[in-house]
Amino acid sequence: MKNPAYIVGAFEHPTRKAEDKSTAQLHAEVAFGALQDAGLSSSDIDGYFCAGDAPGMGGLSMIDYMGLTKLRHYDTTESGGSSYVIHVGHAVEAIMQGKCNVALITLAGRPRAEGMQTGTAVRSAGVGVPDESFELPYGRTIATMHAMVATRHMHEFGTTSEQLAWVKVAASHHAQHNKHAMLPKVVTVEDVVNSPMVADPLHRLDCCVISDGGGALIVARPEIAKSLNRPKVGVKGWGEAYKHQNAGGIDLTYSAAAMSGPMAFEKAGVKPSDIKYASIYDSFTISVVVQIEDLGFCAKGEGGKFVADGNLISGTGKLPFNTDGGGLCNNHPSNRGGMTKVIEAVRQARGEAHPAVQVPDSSLVLANGKGGNLGTRHGCGTVILERE
Amino acid sequence: MATMAFDRQPAAPQESPDNKVYFDGCRAGKLILGKCNDTGKLFHYPRHVSPFTLSNNVEFVEAKGTGTIYSWSVARGKEPFCVAYVQLDEGPIMLTNIIECDLDSLKCGQKVKVKFKDTEGAPVPMFVLA
Repeated sequence: MKNPAYIVGAFEHPTRKAEDKSTAQLHAEVAFGALQDAGLSSSDIDGYFCAGDAPGMGGLSMIDYMGLTKLRHYDTTESGGSSYVIHVGHAVEAIMQGKCNVALITLAGRPRAEGMQTGTAVRSAGVGVPDESFELPYGRTIATMHAMVATRHMHEFGTTSEQLAWVKVAASHHAQHNKHAMLPKVVTVEDVVNSPMVADPLHRLDCCVISDGGGALIVARPEIAKSLNRPKVGVKGWGEAYKHQNAGGIDLTYSAAAMSGPMAFEKAGVKPSDIKYASIYDSFTISVVVQIEDLGFCAKGEGGKFVADGNLISGTGKLPFNTDGGGLCNNHPSNRGGMTKVIEAVRQARGEAHPAVQVPDSSLVLANGKGGNLGTRHGCGTVILERE
Repeated sequence: MATMAFDRQPAAPQESPDNKVYFDGCRAGKLILGKCNDTGKLFHYPRHVSPFTLSNNVEFVEAKGTGTIYSWSVARGKEPFCVAYVQLDEGPIMLTNIIECDLDSLKCGQKVKVKFKDTEGAPVPMFVLA
């Protein structure tokens, strides 16, 4: 046992539309699923991690709902969809510091059942949010804010819509093997670029799905991981970083993964070319291209060329990614994709991904989450996992 | 092909003691930038704290109101309009709308100039092609 902590349990909720369940119920169901996967029970949990999707004040209502009685560590770090990747790093550090032995991380939500127009509706960030007054009048949406990253990437580096489309094509090749995927049909580059324009230059098929569901992870100290009858997936490296508007000195071409990635690689003592599989946050196709560059899988500006021609497809490409179909085709529970990124990375490390997409020799894998506005205000979390 | 930008009614900005100087500037037809007197650097959005040093040694200066499109997108639909980042000639980049334009021929680097647009609250700065 050579890593400081291990992911011993992982569970993804099979639902994609949860009209018959509450958000609290989904949190509890994924927690139970992850505990069963690990071979542990709720009385073993002494650390709990959740983010803004948990109903109530921080995690207090969920602790109450789930009846967690042995907690001695609690962390509600909120960084949108990247929260759960960041939580993994925090859980490892808490375990290293003796603050807890068994950490539970949960995510759940039901935006689809609630009819949320996630990417295309103009929503206020709330009263008193200082940047809000300088944005809401302009009708910006999640889609247009990400689209402007794509516009600038195309302008500076010559990236094309066809290159972006390859990200979706690769995700769809993986999703066809996932019986739970919302979009299991294989699509072509032409299908993507001919789908309706949502926010220039992003088409409908450049965007992720809106889905209900959730997921949970159990992180435990080495002695506990050793005692369990599951593959040993250690957390070898982790990093987190935050990017903002730099007081108007905006540069849309990179994400906070440019900082969180190197932190994780340094801790792990490995380099991008050692990684056999990568889960990359895929809110939009452009999100993947930017993060792949920032994580060092290719040079800045070369991401479009890197993802083209099936290079992300398991079995044929150099960097198999999101083999569950990702947010682009499988699910994006609660509009937050970081949790499912870690879960598929754990499946790959364990050798438990679908046989059609399982990467051979997948002993070293990476997951990267991004939460917030790509380009201007977001957090990134990176984890590197090692199968022992 | 040409698609004229839809003339949408912008939502009123939330005003606060912190951003009043900016929106009072808009009412007077002036585009205001923050200036950090510790570093001499300009910033957007204006606030009473320097985002470079965290001190309150800031002042507010008027920008010329000219710049270039740094990036843009068009929210498609029945009422399409352009959301853009404009880099002011003074340096800072701000979120805005490009209005009264053909949405099918926008490009990064195009020169633009400010045009204030009324809301139910303070007017807000938008840009037209120069």
